[in-house]
Amino acid sequence: MKVRGTKLSHDEYMNQVISVDHHPEIEYAWATGIAISKFLEGLKQGKIYGAKCNDCNRIVCPPRIFCEECFSPMVEYVELPDTGVVNTFSLAYIRTDASRREKPEIPAVIDIDGTTLTPSGFLHLLDENIPHDQIKVGMKVKAVWRPEAERTGSITDIMYFTKLED
Amino acid sequence: MKKRKVGIVSVGLTKFMRRAKETPKELAYYAAKTALDEAGITRKDVDAAIIGSAPDAFDGVHQKHEYLTDGAGGVNLPTMRGYVGGGTGVFSPIQGWYSIASGMHDVVLVTTEEKMSSVLPSAQAAFNTIFDNMIERPLGPNLVWIFALEMRRYMETYGIPKEHIAAVSVKNKGNALDHPSAMLGQKLTIEDVLNSEVLAEPVHLLDISPVADGAVSFVMMSEEKIKEFGISLDDVAWVEGVGWNVDTTMWTNRDLCYPKYVEKAAKQAYTMAGQKDHSPEALRKWLSFAEPYDPFNYKELHHLEGLQLFEKGKAPLAAYEGVTARDGDFPVTPSGGLLGVGNPIAAAAGMKVAEVYLQLTGKAEKRQIPKDVTRGLAQAWGDLMQVGTVIILKGGRVN
Ligand SMILES: [Zn+2]
Repeated sequence: MKVRGTKLSHDEYMNQVISVDHHPEIEYAWATGIAISKFLEGLKQGKIYGAKCNDCNRIVCPPRIFCEECFSPMVEYVELPDTGVVNTFSLAYIRTDASRREKPEIPAVIDIDGTTLTPSGFLHLLDENIPHDQIKVGMKVKAVWRPEAERTGSITDIMYFTKLED
Repeated sequence: MKKRKVGIVSVGLTKFMRRAKETPKELAYYAAKTALDEAGITRKDVDAAIIGSAPDAFDGVHQKHEYLTDGAGGVNLPTMRGYVGGGTGVFSPIQGWYSIASGMHDVVLVTTEEKMSSVLPSAQAAFNTIFDNMIERPLGPNLVWIFALEMRRYMETYGIPKEHIAAVSVKNKGNALDHPSAMLGQKLTIEDVLNSEVLAEPVHLLDISPVADGAVSFVMMSEEKIKEFGISLDDVAWVEGVGWNVDTTMWTNRDLCYPKYVEKAAKQAYTMAGQKDHSPEALRKWLSFAEPYDPFNYKELHHLEGLQLFEKGKAPLAAYEGVTARDGDFPVTPSGGLLGVGNPIAAAAGMKVAEVYLQLTGKAEKRQIPKDVTRGLAQAWGDLMQVGTVIILKGGRVN
């Protein structure tokens, strides 16, 4: 079988073949819905909200208005502590545009304390000043909040999570 | 329900390239035309066309299935795109299967295509739109993050050393040296992989497959039509089982150490194929080889476990010890995979299904597994660690 295709080098692609450029200018504003707006309002007040399903008894974070398993309404919001456990993390040197950072950002999934039955939490960042060899899966962490006056109702109202000394 | 027997009778592939001069439509045409020629039929014989392609954001072309229709041979036919992210390339032949098994159509032309080079400065920018728009994107994530997070969770849960995972890159990039479409066949050592640039610990550069442009097509037919066309059973691979499954996008609410959705998709396919014993030993005896999705080296292992082909946490050692080499006890990714041949999303998984076909019909040339192969599996995966698609094929003369 013959396999066809015309390979171009980066230089040919950028400078030699005719190409047509387009920079779409487009913007979105998403209404954050019933449950996530509650979550984001909570963050503005320095609180982390989850939700409880009265059928399977899970407490989940972030909150939602229905349980995707039971398909029952989740009618109860639960205020959770601003502490949790590192479920997993990375030392990330690569940026979206593929350029590199000197000092890595530390994305992590934080399982929020007080959630039940399944690991439940959200993506956030860890304190870049924690020595790298001290960062472990299972490490206890606490939210570091932006000063109240600077909070906007965003996931970034938590600046990062830092190691909780035990 | 009575289902009709369905076979793949031919495949067509383009080269996989970092940057192709051809448009997506032209790439689709190359693959589709090759598949038709290989089957010895023309577009006039085709009842329906199916198109598989990943997010429109790569192309910057809205509703690209409609744009691709001409190249995929689908003009004025019942043409349809099914889309499950990275799982698409295996889902497209599944769509072909049910179109024919149901009695709806007899001859279906399936094309999987991807052109990722158009988006600048890199495909990453388009990938970012898969993250949650309200509570994840404001953190500035990129695609490598979630792979790094999943890989770490997998390694920590089962105590897996990086060397064992690196063995997959060595194997697949080595196998790709024998693939005519390959863009990154390489002879490497485990040290090369471990010492390659750190992108997002634990992910290094040689753990990742390269983004690419390319297309792969299939001709699928009912048993009746295969007889009517006088196609030799030596050129046929029957679809014996299919499965697909989707988990929630709330990936931070699941344990990433194990792909439950792949297990569910696989069990659906095994059960359909009549294979009741889902233990790894029984399945590795029943299947001759597998082509699991390998956009990152650890994903091949993760998927082998989800597919029930190895116990949880046990696939890495098997890879390290050569069990999954092309001439090993249970060959895995003899094609060279996404790591070696390249990763034009939907077409990459299409390439995996094509490899199962080529192996079963003895047409894999230098890549032919050096033993009798009667039955093979291809699997793909996608979106936010949440989609599993599985297809099982058997040789045309296998009962
Ligand atoms: Zn529930």
